[in-house]
Amino acid sequence: MKKLLLVLASTTAAIGFATGASAQEKAKICFVYVGAKTDGGWTQAHDIGRQELEKALGDKIETQYLESVPEGPDAERAIERLARSGCGLIFTTSFGFMDATIKIAQKFPDVKFEHATGYKTAPNVATYNSRFYEGRYIQGQIAAKMSQKGVAGYIASFPIPEVVMGINSFVIGARSVNPDFKIKVVWANTWFDPGKEADAAKALVDQGVDILTQHTDTTAPMQVAAERGIKAFGQASDMIKAGPETQLTAIVDTWGAYYIKRTQAFLDGKWETTSSWDGLKDGILTMAPYTNMPDDVKKLAEETEAKIKSGELKPFTGPLKKQDGSEWLAAGASSDDGTLLGMNFYVEGVDDQLPK
Amino acid sequence: MGIVEAILLSVITAATPLVLAAIGELVTERSGVLNLGVEGMMIMGAVSAFAITQITGSPYIGMFAGVACGALFSQLFAFLTLTLVANQVATGLALTLLGIGVSGMMGESFLGMQGVKLQPIAIPLLADIPYVGPLLFRQDIIFYLSVAIVAGVHWFLFRSRAGLKLRAVGDSHASAHALGVSVIRTRYLAVMFGGACAGLAGAQLSLVYTPQWVENMSAGRGWIALALVVFSSWRPWRLVAGGYLFGAVSISQLHAQAFGLGIPSQLLSSLPYVATIVVLILISHNRRMTLINTPASLGKPFVPDR
Repeated sequence: MKKLLLVLASTTAAIGFATGASAQEKAKICFVYVGAKTDGGWTQAHDIGRQELEKALGDKIETQYLESVPEGPDAERAIERLARSGCGLIFTTSFGFMDATIKIAQKFPDVKFEHATGYKTAPNVATYNSRFYEGRYIQGQIAAKMSQKGVAGYIASFPIPEVVMGINSFVIGARSVNPDFKIKVVWANTWFDPGKEADAAKALVDQGVDILTQHTDTTAPMQVAAERGIKAFGQASDMIKAGPETQLTAIVDTWGAYYIKRTQAFLDGKWETTSSWDGLKDGILTMAPYTNMPDDVKKLAEETEAKIKSGELKPFTGPLKKQDGSEWLAAGASSDDGTLLGMNFYVEGVDDQLPK
Repeated sequence: MGIVEAILLSVITAATPLVLAAIGELVTERSGVLNLGVEGMMIMGAVSAFAITQITGSPYIGMFAGVACGALFSQLFAFLTLTLVANQVATGLALTLLGIGVSGMMGESFLGMQGVKLQPIAIPLLADIPYVGPLLFRQDIIFYLSVAIVAGVHWFLFRSRAGLKLRAVGDSHASAHALGVSVIRTRYLAVMFGGACAGLAGAQLSLVYTPQWVENMSAGRGWIALALVVFSSWRPWRLVAGGYLFGAVSISQLHAQAFGLGIPSQLLSSLPYVATIVVLILISHNRRMTLINTPASLGKPFVPDR
């Protein structure tokens, strides 16, 4: 009996504590992830951003996340569940969550939504993206300097504008150093399949490329590059562990600052629909240390990075031709963001046929 | 090394896990049990092989751990479907989901760790044969095991008394029971063999194919293995042919892309599946042969009368 009372007492205490906590009314900030939060790439970068947010504003907010949410009808249910459970601001962190986010946002006009890498907005839906292509331009320059054969291998995922933009930027960067530089593109048609990514890497190396870069999520290509003794670039996260003597640099996504900025605006009641597309300059994208390369290459990379940050250099600046040889940008003209976000053509120098 | 050899080497690495997981499932299905949990057992094998390799430093101990873990995990399925007579399809699917989840949790502390690769073992004399030697006789132990297992399964199923009993259980459990064969025991062992093979396939993924651990790294290979079993109409050597055909088409499409043939990549990516379907149609053309080979009691629960 004594024991039972003790249990009862502690339960009451617990309930009391729970209501006490909610009385403080911490704002709930929620995240929807497409992969596991420990995937070593895309989703992990978002989760690190979430942790930074918690560290910065933890006294005013609490965070919640759902991981491995498949794109499609499940995403809608997941987002709705979060909206119902009292989330004030919801970040949906994959391109494929776009329509689901818009749909649920209509149902919950009082909840704010932020969708990553998409292009549809609403009064309560903002979008945010990162100029990954700026990093790929630097990688292209490094590749052109480092490659002895003048050919790089590019493991691509799906022919969406984001990926096409990356390929183009890489080639433009490379050809700014070596006008004859070529790339071979292999479409893995997956974001995440270590085996297939490794197979694609092997195929490219067997066909004579001596630099590898990837727009897929795992470190498998890096591992193949290390095994075959060539150099490679990491993607989304610093992959130096998979290739200590292989990685030249990596594009590292750093979402934390953006999450903090937007959450603060939300707390202050100043949240507005925006379409944010920041890059190296804003720190949403950083380059992993330049390693495994001679000093002059490193210097060139650092200079380019500084020029991009200062706005002096924009990767998509003419004179540029499309793959078929037609004029795209006249000398000195830079592409507008709309064209980039809908990019469905290659620039001159890409030795591949764009899947339609 | 010529380009052809390079391609063939990649094909062998890509096909081995498919063949291994499929040959185990073939034995399971020959005993009349449909275990859709191949993907789950495979990923459990992959994570435990990687983890134990990291802990002990020996990929061989890791490999055995993968096999043991796959076998052990399959016994959960066996207990639920054979002893408690739960629905096999639902339980198999649950096993896959459980495997993916549990492996993710087990592997969390091993993420991003540098993997240890199972090194190739050159077989004296044979390894020096031009062309064939480097391909077939300078491989890792799991490849050799896969060949031995397929040969062993073929011999067991069609040349041994125990194999005959196993097939009898799969074709008509009531008759086999009446003849005094222990249906449940046979099926427990068959499921365990399937689990062990799937575990070995998983170990190949995390120790040979891509020596690292990432969540969900089997990426659907368990399902392809399941399809291969049907593809082979439950015959071991056909299964090997199917596995290598699938591997060959998926590797050569990557090479075709890198070569710049200008064929749409989506079409190329779908080729392995198209090839599989075409062969399936050709095989199933002869309906009687298909029926003869299909285990008649496949997926049917057995409750012995008391």
